[in-house]
Amino acid sequence: MMRLPCPWCGECDEIEFVYGGPSALLRPALEASDETWGRYLYFRANVKGPSLERWRHAYGCGQWFDIRRDSATHRVLAAFKFGEVVPQSDESAP
Amino acid sequence: MKQRYSIGALLRGSFSGHRSWQPAWTDAEPLGRYDVIVVGGGGHGLATAYYLAKNHNVTSVAVLEKGWIGGGNTGRNTTIVRSNYFYPESARLYDFSLKLYETLSRDLNFNIMLSQRGVVTLAHSRHDLEIMARAANAMQMNGIDVDILNRDEVMARVPLLDVSNGARFPVLGGICQARAGSARHDAVAWGYARAAASLGVHVIQNCEVLGFEYQDGRAVGVETTRGTLRAERIGIAAAGHSSVLAGLAGFDLPVTSYALQAMVSEPVKPILDTVVLSPATTAYVSQSDKGEMVMGAGLDLFPSYAQRGSFAGTQATVAGVMELFPSLGRLPLLRQWAGIVDVVSDSSPILGATPADGVFINCGWGTGGFKAIPAGGWMFAHVLATGRNHELAEPFQLNRFITGRLVDEAAASGIAH
Repeated sequence: MMRLPCPWCGECDEIEFVYGGPSALLRPALEASDETWGRYLYFRANVKGPSLERWRHAYGCGQWFDIRRDSATHRVLAAFKFGEVVPQSDESAP
Repeated sequence: MKQRYSIGALLRGSFSGHRSWQPAWTDAEPLGRYDVIVVGGGGHGLATAYYLAKNHNVTSVAVLEKGWIGGGNTGRNTTIVRSNYFYPESARLYDFSLKLYETLSRDLNFNIMLSQRGVVTLAHSRHDLEIMARAANAMQMNGIDVDILNRDEVMARVPLLDVSNGARFPVLGGICQARAGSARHDAVAWGYARAAASLGVHVIQNCEVLGFEYQDGRAVGVETTRGTLRAERIGIAAAGHSSVLAGLAGFDLPVTSYALQAMVSEPVKPILDTVVLSPATTAYVSQSDKGEMVMGAGLDLFPSYAQRGSFAGTQATVAGVMELFPSLGRLPLLRQWAGIVDVVSDSSPILGATPADGVFINCGWGTGGFKAIPAGGWMFAHVLATGRNHELAEPFQLNRFITGRLVDEAAASGIAH
């Protein structure tokens, strides 16, 4: 079973968490073209390897946070609270 | 075909001590140039190559497989075939696939062991009954052979089920597609490989694509671990690794890769002669010809390229199966595994051109790629040979994610995930 590091509660079993999509998906402005809007809604980098993800400790403290996780090995490389400076990375860009 | 399989050939073989059999297909060495390269030697890639040669007379075709053929999702699914879909576009596509499956053993001269044992989807609540009646209605309107079953009919069809009043998931009824069932997955891959190879297609294993080559903005070939290969058109049929290959080709996809797991118990005598699907428990069960109980899970709901399922998913599936069939409680699990599936938000495939000129894609089948192999191959061969979409593939183009014209089977078709 994968264990994830909640920045508030520490490491807990995967079943306590809910995956919430790639982190830092930026919602386009209202006047965005269909192309921009469609790409925001549906297109994903879907990286094989380390990428930034958003998770929620749904059955724990309830908080959202970001992690960098390797999708090929399930190894968690780092965890970040909201507001913390996340190292710039283009891996999770849509 | 070098050597036709028949009862006569079997008898002749037995008199010669079975030393006369030749390899079913040739493990080809790559040439420098082909008309069409298909990336991915799973069911869809091999079927594409076969229909390119058979339907379109395009025989200068290479299927590139990074491992061994049928070693990805083709060898990791639960072998269910069915066409009980909600929307007319999907029903037409999947029923075309099921019809091709019905004659496939004869077409390929290879026994794919199709068993049309029916798929029973269970209703566990009054709300399930209502939504299933609506779904069955839509399916019947689409011309699919689906029947609504009441509780007694389900009990008669699946006597093994726990239908007692104390059951955690009481069975109130269900729907059944009689023509659905299962087929031997390895035989589908090998049957297509053998038939394609006999028409001149090169099936090339241990050949991973590392990059795409462009000339004047058009794709002209691929770099691989076994050298550079050139082609007029390139098709990608790589399921869970579609995004990786699309990335190499220079575009992205509305796809997320998830692990989908399945497991089998030790073999027992025949006790279940149909496929039972329970959306409420996310589990579905059938019995293989070897006697193993084959159990399919829902998705592990986070992105993954690791071909192993999470233990939490295994546990949830086994718990669901135990509630439906308490009598299986003493059966040990023999094997558990996962395949990486390419999920799109409307759970419908993507079949056609891409933003990269000369590169075409067949992906997005998600959790249901096996049942679609013949149709996927047929449609993909059509667009690779002619440059135009097959009529049935028209609703399943990549640009639907920009126009918004989705074919949203995600919740509609009663799939458990």
